Amino acid sequence: MKLVVQGLRFDYTSSPVLEDIDMELDPGEIVGVIGPNGAGKSTLIKCVDRILHPEGDMKLNGVDMKKMNRMELAKCMGYVPQSPDITFPSTVLDTVLMGRRPHSSWHFTEKDIDKALEALEMMGVSNFAFRDYNEISGGQKQRVIIARAIAQETGILLLDEPTSNLDIKHQISLMDVLDMLVKNLNISVIMTIHDLNIAARYSQRLLLMSNGRIVAAGNPLSVLNTENIRKYYGVEALVKEENDIPYIIPLKAV
Amino acid sequence: MKNENANCFIKKQYKQTIKRKVFLISALILLLIGIIGFASTIGVIDFTIKEVYYVILNHFFPNSFEVNATAEKVVWGIRLPRICLGILAGIGLGIAGAVMQGILRNPLASPYTLGVSSGAGFGAAVAITLGAGFVGGEYLIIGNAFLGALMSSAFILILSSKKGTTPESMLLAGIALMYLFSASVALLQYFASDEAAKEVTFWLIGSLSYANWEKVISTAIVVTITTPFIMWKARDLNIIIAGDDTAKSLGLEVMRIRVVLMVLASLVTASIVCFTGTIGFIGLVAPHMTRMFIGGDNRFVFPVSALLGGVLLSVADMIAITVMKPIIIPIGIVTAFMGVPLFLYLIIRRKRDYW
Repeated sequence: MKLVVQGLRFDYTSSPVLEDIDMELDPGEIVGVIGPNGAGKSTLIKCVDRILHPEGDMKLNGVDMKKMNRMELAKCMGYVPQSPDITFPSTVLDTVLMGRRPHSSWHFTEKDIDKALEALEMMGVSNFAFRDYNEISGGQKQRVIIARAIAQETGILLLDEPTSNLDIKHQISLMDVLDMLVKNLNISVIMTIHDLNIAARYSQRLLLMSNGRIVAAGNPLSVLNTENIRKYYGVEALVKEENDIPYIIPLKAV
Repeated sequence: MKNENANCFIKKQYKQTIKRKVFLISALILLLIGIIGFASTIGVIDFTIKEVYYVILNHFFPNSFEVNATAEKVVWGIRLPRICLGILAGIGLGIAGAVMQGILRNPLASPYTLGVSSGAGFGAAVAITLGAGFVGGEYLIIGNAFLGALMSSAFILILSSKKGTTPESMLLAGIALMYLFSASVALLQYFASDEAAKEVTFWLIGSLSYANWEKVISTAIVVTITTPFIMWKARDLNIIIAGDDTAKSLGLEVMRIRVVLMVLASLVTASIVCFTGTIGFIGLVAPHMTRMFIGGDNRFVFPVSALLGGVLLSVADMIAITVMKPIIIPIGIVTAFMGVPLFLYLIIRRKRDYW
């Protein structure tokens, strides 16, 4: 699926939170959205999924997204928030089955259950299928809600800090699953992420945001340089390179 | 192969849990039918269960059973309307409580805490103490109570349509409303005649004493019309509970669903409290008990909470009739005495596993 965003602008009050956002997403690519806290990364993800209502043009495979109803959009885009809590008891399986809502309204079909089980297995949380979502660890919750988005079977996945609650092993295995989805199913991914090394390793392109604008965009090597890290993160860092992938060693706050 | 087996096992277990929930619903329906028969035997004059069922069956299959004339008069004319209104009130409050808790994502939400019941109480108090109302005659109190309940829900709904309103602020507004109406009722009572003040108190406690078939049918119509629609939205409410952003991203028009369900739950509550007065705790306790037994899937929480509400209220009514026989104490007192310890017990003994 191809996504084109032009002139996106969003504000909660009078001062804009996002301004002049132009971006494209091609089928089968991972785009990492990076930037310091408060840069507008999560807001951008919510605007792209039309959870928030921004100004500007957004086209999905050439179709104006404003003309699509919510359910049509839900069949194209899946959104993974930052591990939310669920007020009432909900088993892990029921939580993943929520992802099937765009495909079935009241009753779950065999296909719905199969898709949910596949997603659980992919994320390595099948063992918890009947545990209460609220009683598993933060990292497990994160994997469950990603499984929900996978069960949604969309062409685009929007992930807000997908690795924030995961240990290093689970960060790598989650990113490998996303990489596999992108390669095998031609899914596209936009993810906001704080870990610059993970972002650099798994993203084909990075968007660096600051104060609601995209200030640098391109392949990880071109975006993650010492100047950008100092200017936008306020951190002195060493940037090394291995197989055309940069990795960052932060030294001190400026 | 190993994973395939594991998935087959999960699928089988999932289907079994669904079957168990359906079985529970069927068992509760049978229990309610049993309660109708048993409760009809209780009162100043005792009848056997056989006599009671003969009376009931004779109305469906005329002249097929030998019916005791006194039993016919007492059971069909007095006891059954009371029992049926009690069950319907329990069903309505049970489902309305579950819906309100789901909409506001708050386990403390209920017709009582959202000010819907106290709105009805205020409407009734105005009718009783001042004789003022929108409709006259015998419907004065009922009409006022109904409007009072709808007024509260309208306020909560208008508030919810404001930008930036969270489910938490809606609940807090409901609690504020409850206090406002309570204070207004107290003021009316303070200046009212002794007789009117007593009548207001009686109405506020909640009672099934004025039940008749007309009231049963009116309540049944509202409950029957609204319940299928509420049930239809049950799965969507499961998703809304996971957060508004998640629900929107899964294709739901969250605010529209919230408003529609709030209107329906308020309508059900209003149609009950206008006939019975403010019966507390059922709307709060029944959904909690249900979730502790079967988990949070609203497709099953709604029917189980409704039926459990019916069971709880009819049991409370039997206690109200028998505990100080021949005096019948108002059912609201019994539900409060039953509800508070039950509620505390449920909170302390939170179950970890669900079906």
